[in-house]
Amino acid sequence: MNTIFFVLLCLLVLATFMLGRQRAVSMRNGSALLHSLPNYHGMLLGISALLVGLFVFVALAAPFPVIAPWAALAAAAAAAYAFFTRIGPDFRARNVFERITLAILLACSGIAILTTIGIILSVLFETGRFFAEVSPLEFFTGFQWSPTGSPPVFGFIPLLAGTLLITFIAMCVAGPLGLLAAIYMAEYATPTVRAIFKPVLEMLTGIPTVVLGFFAALTVAPFLRTSGQFLGLQVSAESALAAGIVIGMLLIPVISSLSDDVINAVPQSMRDGSYAMGATKSETIKRVILPAALPGIVSAFILAISRALGETMIVVMAAGLAANLTANPLESVTTMTVQIAMLLVGDHEFDSAKTLAAFALGFVLFIFTLGLNFVALRLVQKYKEQYD
Amino acid sequence: MTEKQRKVQAGNIARRYAAEKRFRLYGVAALTVTTAFLAVLLVDIVWRSLPAYLQYNAVMTVTVDASKIDPAKPAAGDFEGVVKAAWREQLPSVESRADRRLLNSLLSNAGGSELRRQVLADPSLIGKEVSVPVMLSDDADLYLKGVVTGVARATGDGPLQIRAEGENYFLSGRGIDPGAIVLAAGGAFKIAPEGSSAPAEVIAAPGPAAEVPAGQWQLLSFDTPETGRKIGDRQAVWLEMLRDKNVFERQVAWNFFLNGDSREAEQAGILGSIVGSLMVVFVTVALSLPVGVAAAIYLEEFAPKNRLTELIEVNINNLAAVPSIIFGLLGLAVFLSFFGMPRSVPLVGGLVIALMSLPTIIIASRAAVRAVPPSIREAALGIGASHQQAVFHHVLPLAMPGIMTGTILALASAIGETAPLLLIGMVAFIVDIPSGFLDSATVLPVQIYLWSDLPEKAFEARTAAAIVVLLVIMMVLNALAIYLRKRFERRW
Repeated sequence: MNTIFFVLLCLLVLATFMLGRQRAVSMRNGSALLHSLPNYHGMLLGISALLVGLFVFVALAAPFPVIAPWAALAAAAAAAYAFFTRIGPDFRARNVFERITLAILLACSGIAILTTIGIILSVLFETGRFFAEVSPLEFFTGFQWSPTGSPPVFGFIPLLAGTLLITFIAMCVAGPLGLLAAIYMAEYATPTVRAIFKPVLEMLTGIPTVVLGFFAALTVAPFLRTSGQFLGLQVSAESALAAGIVIGMLLIPVISSLSDDVINAVPQSMRDGSYAMGATKSETIKRVILPAALPGIVSAFILAISRALGETMIVVMAAGLAANLTANPLESVTTMTVQIAMLLVGDHEFDSAKTLAAFALGFVLFIFTLGLNFVALRLVQKYKEQYD
Repeated sequence: MTEKQRKVQAGNIARRYAAEKRFRLYGVAALTVTTAFLAVLLVDIVWRSLPAYLQYNAVMTVTVDASKIDPAKPAAGDFEGVVKAAWREQLPSVESRADRRLLNSLLSNAGGSELRRQVLADPSLIGKEVSVPVMLSDDADLYLKGVVTGVARATGDGPLQIRAEGENYFLSGRGIDPGAIVLAAGGAFKIAPEGSSAPAEVIAAPGPAAEVPAGQWQLLSFDTPETGRKIGDRQAVWLEMLRDKNVFERQVAWNFFLNGDSREAEQAGILGSIVGSLMVVFVTVALSLPVGVAAAIYLEEFAPKNRLTELIEVNINNLAAVPSIIFGLLGLAVFLSFFGMPRSVPLVGGLVIALMSLPTIIIASRAAVRAVPPSIREAALGIGASHQQAVFHHVLPLAMPGIMTGTILALASAIGETAPLLLIGMVAFIVDIPSGFLDSATVLPVQIYLWSDLPEKAFEARTAAAIVVLLVIMMVLNALAIYLRKRFERRW
């Protein structure tokens, strides 16, 4: 039924377009001076039919499913007819049509706002329901997390600790490597070297995280385990270290490409000034360029941290499920994203505290990343103003 | 400058140059480590995927028995039974019920599918003899590929005595140690373990022979002990005997490319998830491309500088950095729970991914629109075009290659997206290939996630092979984007 409706609506739109255009053409042939081109008269009829038809259909589809399509088609035809009667020398069809297009363009831009509102409302609403069952104090200060236990315990601290531990490991890997790579690419690399390593970094960005997760779980973790045994260390099969290192690799291109941009944006005059004082290249970089680019580099690091906090697949596949409160990178920890995924995968009813807890975690994660992004964007803006 | 000062300065310079060199080296090291990581990742995955592309099939002459496959209703025929009968005929020396069951378990439980396809296509084959490839079980396949255990054969030197006492056999000869496995006289034996005088375990019954001369019998040994593998000694020996009879052929594993998911590794394929991915991507493009381009045009060309525009821009920038799993929560709460859309369908998956990739597409499209020089607009306005005519007739066509490049890159990352789809239920086990946007489906990266969790060794190769397919798709998309950029890039 719906398919038939959409086909009919499309035919109607086409027909009204042809009719409107035809009428305008015949008027012009009858030597009337039209304000708008015949195409605009046709398009105005077509788009009014389309919009009115869709609107009526969506509005009526839920309460009156049987008559909705016919009502929508009738309304569409009526809308087109209303404009049809107005076709004439004085009718400014183009202006009306352009106003409608502009409104559509604005509506499309507004989808970004709607998405944000949707995220905030959905997460906030479920979080509210969660906190009606579990007190926020218990959630934010609890040291135990076992959502499937009886009674379930929702203490957020071990998850936060696990997330921060993995993020810390990732940043220990990605921070130095990413920054040094960016410095080398921006300051030392010849065009050939750039041509070789730029695709490498871009490829690393493009690799889906599920692939990195597979690699972390099947190659990096066993490797760490055997090397740990070799050194006499007890390494868990789902150690925070394996997940952290692979997330770090994922973050290298994030840090290096953003830092590369800010380093390149430092004015050449500052470099020249430093060289003129007799400084070597590395001294110039360490004492002049890095301090000048510091806000941008800090914002690159912040964005990388926010990426690491929200990273899901690598930790789901390579990190553990048990919420251990530990600072030992060789043990297994769990993260907020792992718990969100685990609580919501599979069949679930919407009323249990278990599923609602996932939304509460999502809420915390959203606030974290939003805050970090906000700070990073502000830093970049300030930095831009400095040199523009 | 005194001599001492000069020396100090020379020392200083040497130290500073050394520091310069070291710093440079750090940069090279960082890039090398990153490249090495990427190389190890790719080589590791391709290496792991190798066993998945080819598979061993038993190519046998099968009698299509009319009593098992009714010519009137061939579709309901017992093809598995026909294939199994032929399989058992290959090793008539395996006799006991338990052994036969063990032998049958080496075939896939869909082993007759190729025969079935041929007979359904040509029912006149019923009653005739046909040569068909029969799929093996995943474990048997892996054994023949040498993944399960290494196997060493030594030709026996010196004669081998076989003393038969009724059903019992006692072997003696050089190298016949306790626990050894011996292939001789068309049969196979496993010598009783240390300290036992029991007869040798018969793996396959031998022909009548009392003494086998040197060079005509073999000793088998496996690298992995029997407890550490899924193929037991008996099964392994049967496979070796059949391999000697040239029953097996290595063929392309079309199943992997043409099947949906399955619990049996040898039957599991990626077609279902690829179709699911294509559907999700189709929905994503159909929604996010027009909306993204419209938003970009509005923001670049028409938006007045006011609070609303500013709010939209802040929102777009923030959405671009929201973790993908949060979009999964949005999809779950809004599309599934509030609007009551069905779970695990490509339509909802596409909606969620579209919302996710929208900011990227808007940002890329804005850059493309901005790159069109103002002179184009001004020329259009100068000859009397309206603002919208200038934009839609002149700016947009010129910005299109840039927009397409950005969109393709956004799609490449959308194809690899997994986390939000987990939350809207696209993790279900789905055998059928989806045929509509409201069918339950899964996508390639989620399939990878699901397979990576399975304990069977054969799924590991399938997972890696699915990753290779995913990476190839993404590389093709990236190459397409680079080509578009190179082909249509204009410098104004």
